[in-house]
Parts: sequence; C-alpha cells; structure tokens
Amino acid sequence: MAQITLKNLAHSYSPNPSKDADFALKEMDHVWQDGGAYALLGSSGCGKTTLLNIISGLLRPSQGRVLFGDRDVTDAATSERNIAQVFQFPVVYDTMTVRDNLAFPLRNRGMDPKYIADRVQAIAQMIGMEATLNRKAQGLTADAKQKISLGRGMVREDVNAILFDEPLTVIDPHMKWELRTQLKKLHRDFGHTMIYVTHDQTEALTFADKVVVMYDGRVVQMGTPEELFETPQHTFVGYFIGSPGMNLLFAQIDGNTAHVQGQAVALGASYAPLAGRTQIGIRPEYTRLTAGEGLPVSIKRVEDVGRHRLIRAEVLGQPLSIVAPEGQEIGADLTHVAFAPEKINVYADEWRVQGEAAR
Amino acid sequence: MNKTQNNKAWFLVLPVLVVVAFSAVLPLMTVVNYALNDTFGNNQFFWVGLEWFEEMVTSSRLHDALGRQILFSAIILAIEVPLGIYIALNMPKSGFWASFCLVLMSLPLLIPFNVVGTIWQIFGRVDIGLLGHTLAALGIDYNYTNDPFDAWMTVIVMDVWHWTSLVALLAYAGLQSIPQAYYQAAKIDQASRWAVFRYIELPKMQGVLLIAILLRFMDSFMIYTEPFVVTGGGPGNATTFLSIDLVKMAIGQFDLGPAAAFSLMYFLVILLVSWVFFTVMTNLDRQEQK
Repeated sequence: MAQITLKNLAHSYSPNPSKDADFALKEMDHVWQDGGAYALLGSSGCGKTTLLNIISGLLRPSQGRVLFGDRDVTDAATSERNIAQVFQFPVVYDTMTVRDNLAFPLRNRGMDPKYIADRVQAIAQMIGMEATLNRKAQGLTADAKQKISLGRGMVREDVNAILFDEPLTVIDPHMKWELRTQLKKLHRDFGHTMIYVTHDQTEALTFADKVVVMYDGRVVQMGTPEELFETPQHTFVGYFIGSPGMNLLFAQIDGNTAHVQGQAVALGASYAPLAGRTQIGIRPEYTRLTAGEGLPVSIKRVEDVGRHRLIRAEVLGQPLSIVAPEGQEIGADLTHVAFAPEKINVYADEWRVQGEAAR
Repeated sequence: MNKTQNNKAWFLVLPVLVVVAFSAVLPLMTVVNYALNDTFGNNQFFWVGLEWFEEMVTSSRLHDALGRQILFSAIILAIEVPLGIYIALNMPKSGFWASFCLVLMSLPLLIPFNVVGTIWQIFGRVDIGLLGHTLAALGIDYNYTNDPFDAWMTVIVMDVWHWTSLVALLAYAGLQSIPQAYYQAAKIDQASRWAVFRYIELPKMQGVLLIAILLRFMDSFMIYTEPFVVTGGGPGNATTFLSIDLVKMAIGQFDLGPAAAFSLMYFLVILLVSWVFFTVMTNLDRQEQK
C-alpha cells in the first residue's frame, strides 16, 4: 500500500496535442493519501476513466509522472503495480467456475492453495455468491457477473489500491446499497486506498471520506462532502452536487454587496473588485420566501418531494430553486426571496473567490 | 387467436428443390444404381446386391488409402490449426498493416486448386524448381517423384501453405470480437500471456475454430486436385488418397461398380465424422453453459 502521487500529469488521445481541448486530462498535480476512500465524481466524458486507467497502468500518460510512494511507476506495467480495478461492465472468465474466477488473481501470484480457498470463501460470502461457487460463470445474470468482477477486485489483500469504475451501474438498487456498505466495511477492515468513480453523487457522498470532482479534464475540487456542499470551488461543483444544484445569479460585486439587475443583495464577506463574469451562488436550502424582504420572485411551479417542497421560480429573469419546509403555506403574499448572506459564494469566471470576513 | 394458415410459401422453395434434385439427388441415385448392379456397357445391368460393398469393405487397397487419408488429415489439422491461431495472434489489430496482412493471407485461398498443384509441382522440381534446386544445392537428397517421404512432405507443406490462411483468418475474426476490457481485466489480475490465451482468447475463438476445423477436415479428407497434379498419387501408391484412388478405379480401370460402392461409403464416412464432430463440439458448448 502506498500513497499515489500524480505529478504534472496530462493525457491526450491524439498523438500531437497542440491546444488545450486536445487533452482529455488537463495538467494536474494530485495526491491520493494512503488508505483514503475517495470518490471521483463528474459527468460522463470528463476524464474519470482516463485518470483511473493511468493510475492502474492500462494507459501511459502523455506527460507527467505517476508515483506509488517514492517509486516512479509511470513506465511500469499494470501487473507490476499490483493494483485492482473493477470496470463498469462485468468481465468474467466464461469457461471458469465462479470459484476459479475469484481465485484467478491469487493463483496468478502463486499464493498458497489453502490461503486461496479461505480467501475465496470469505469474498464469496461478502458478495453473497457462496451457493453458486461451483457454477460456470457463463450464463449468469449481468449483476451476478458484476459481483464476480467486484469479488475479483477485492480478493487480493496486498494491493496498492482498488479502483472502481462505476462498478454498480448494472446492479439493482437494493443490492447496490448492500454492496456499497460492504465496500465501506472492506475499507474499514483493510484500509486499502480506494478510488471510486461515479457520476452518482449519492453514491459518491455515502462511500467516500473525500470526494474529488472532475470537470472537463480537470480536478476542480477535492474535499469532504460538507465542503463540496458549503463552498463549491467551481460553479460546476455547485451545480453537480446537491439536488437541485446551487442557484447561480449573474451579479455585480461591490465590496460586501452584490447587485442583481440593480437590486442589492447583502454578502457575508467583502470582496476586492472582480474582473470577468461574476456570479453569486446560493444553495436552494439557504433561500426562503418572504412577504417583502429580498428580491422579487415569481413562482413557476411547486414540487412536493416528501421531506420538503421544491419551488421553481424566476428572479429578475434568472431561474431559481427554493427549498421550502414541509409545513410552510405558500401563499400569494410570498412575493420575495431572501438569501442567508453567510451562505452566498461569489464566482468570477466560474471559479470561487474567497472574500475577506466582514468587519 | 386464429392464425391464417397458408402453405403457399412452400412453392417458393420448389425451384431450389428442382435444382438440387437434378444437381445432387439424381446423380447420387445413378451412383446407387451402379453400386448395386454390374454392367458391361450398352445400358445392360445385372443385379449384384451388396457384392461390391463386401468387396470394397474387405479390400486392402481401400484400407491402405483410408489409412493414408486419415494420416494426411490428422497431420495437416495438427499443423494448420495451431499455426493458424499463432498467426492470428500475431497479426496487427488495426491500421494499414492489418489490411495488408489480410490481403496477403487471402491470396493463397484465391488460387485455383490445380494452379496451386502446378506451382508446387514446379517449385519442388530438382532441375528447375526454386525449392528443389535449393535443397539439392544444400546437399539434401530431395526428390518428390521417387521418395515417398519427400512426396508426403511436399504435399503436406503445400496444403499448409494453401489452407493455413483460412484457419488464421477465422481465428483472427474471433480474436477481433473480444472486447478490450477482457485484456485490461487480465492485466489487472496479473494473468500470464498463456492464461490470457487459455481463458480469454481460446474460449472466445471456440466457435470459429469449430467451423475452421470442420471445414479443414472435410476439405482435406476429400483432397484430390493438388496432390494429383504434384505427385499423381505416387511414387507408387504413397500419396494415393481416397479421392485419387477412387478416380483411378472409376476412370482408370473403369470398375464402375466397386467405385460407386466406394464413393457411397466415402460419402457416408465424411457425413458421419462431420456429424459426430459437430455433435461433440456443440455438446461441449452446452455443458459449459450449465
């Protein structure tokens, strides 16, 4: 087990990348702490799988180095890296039994047969496939096959890291929850470094201690679920995390006041003059409807989503989502919306600007 | 729900039935006729029952030819199947060289059989052939016209040259259909090259290999033109395979009765072996899915 360091890493699938857009992975420096449980979150095509394949050695990066601990493994073959990876779609060895499938990575390392038998039994129990151990893997259902793939990923105890590439896509929801719990337990028991790629934020937030959000080939933020929620460093994070995502309103920033279409909004901090496109971001959870305080709002639609109600509205020509508590009556007198000032984030050209605490 | 029953579609099959009847069934029936009668020409036939069959079953000449035939098919299968797979594994997967290899590999398959025979007949000649002359120059005593071993070598190498491409191309098609994820997973699992072949490539190629082996068995078991052009079945009877023997018997000696009985048994043997082979392989496949 080792800390995984990515240095000046970038990757392009074209042989002669010239412009920024040629890179599937933009230049990055990143450290994955030994024993961390990370979720790698981002929309499809943002470079998550590319990053994973570079770590596991299936892909050689166009530039930069990959370090396991102090050892430079950029040019090391996958098999030398002793790393486990589970793919989005099940890969099983059709002609082998479930048992042999699970034992395969251990046999390839020449482990003791007694140890292999015990280990396979333990993993089979974990993925709930003890009853089918002697069956041929061919002809099993997709989710059974994916469980085998997961099992193969977890069977080695001494791996440097386990990489999961959206492994639960084909698994049904109940089993998904169960397996995720098992993965967490596995992490607690063995302390492997785990990187879990997903585009499902619930999955990411429940699995990981640290969530890494990628956007357009870049890591835009790494943090705890709370940090991602409260202080998204990039508008994409604000939009991607949370349901619904953060509200973004174009505004001019002047000290500790934002002006949305000439209407003043108080901010929780003071900002130096900003260049570029400036926006304020406010979570729907930190907005409330009022009878007069705040900005004028016109309500378009009210959705009851169980624990609370979600109001789709428009404020000064820009869309806005508001979360209203269950009991609140949404009457005709609620014509304005107010924001909690300390929860407002300010963005210039999509990136968050740190304000100075208001005195 | 009442389905409309309409069997008129069967009439559409009729033309094919007529063609097959005239091209295959009726000629086969005349062979049956010859096999059960003796004739001295003039369309006069004398019923002999199963006499020709009895004669052929006990004929040492046929036994020898059958033995040579089985040996030949076994040898070329043992060479062409592994060699074809090996070539397929080493062919480029994409790009210009992949297309280039495909064209190059297809070339021997496109050459008419008797031309293949002629090529090797000349190629192997000690006086003017590149192969024969080179071997002679190296001091190797090679002469396919009077040494049975040399004749066998020539015929086998020729068949390997002619037909390995077929196995290779089919195996290549099987390999190309394997998703990249399998190779990636194998790398992650630290599988050796052999394990990748044994557990990923071979199982995925199984279907096309079955077809390749079946085709190569049937073709080699019926081989006639190429060895006939190169060796004419000689020296002596060393390379007289079943078809060559059959033609000698039917057209050379004009023993139409025995030859007809011979060809019927020949046909049934090929049918039987192919059927057994196919059944065994498909059963294997079914067991695997259980």
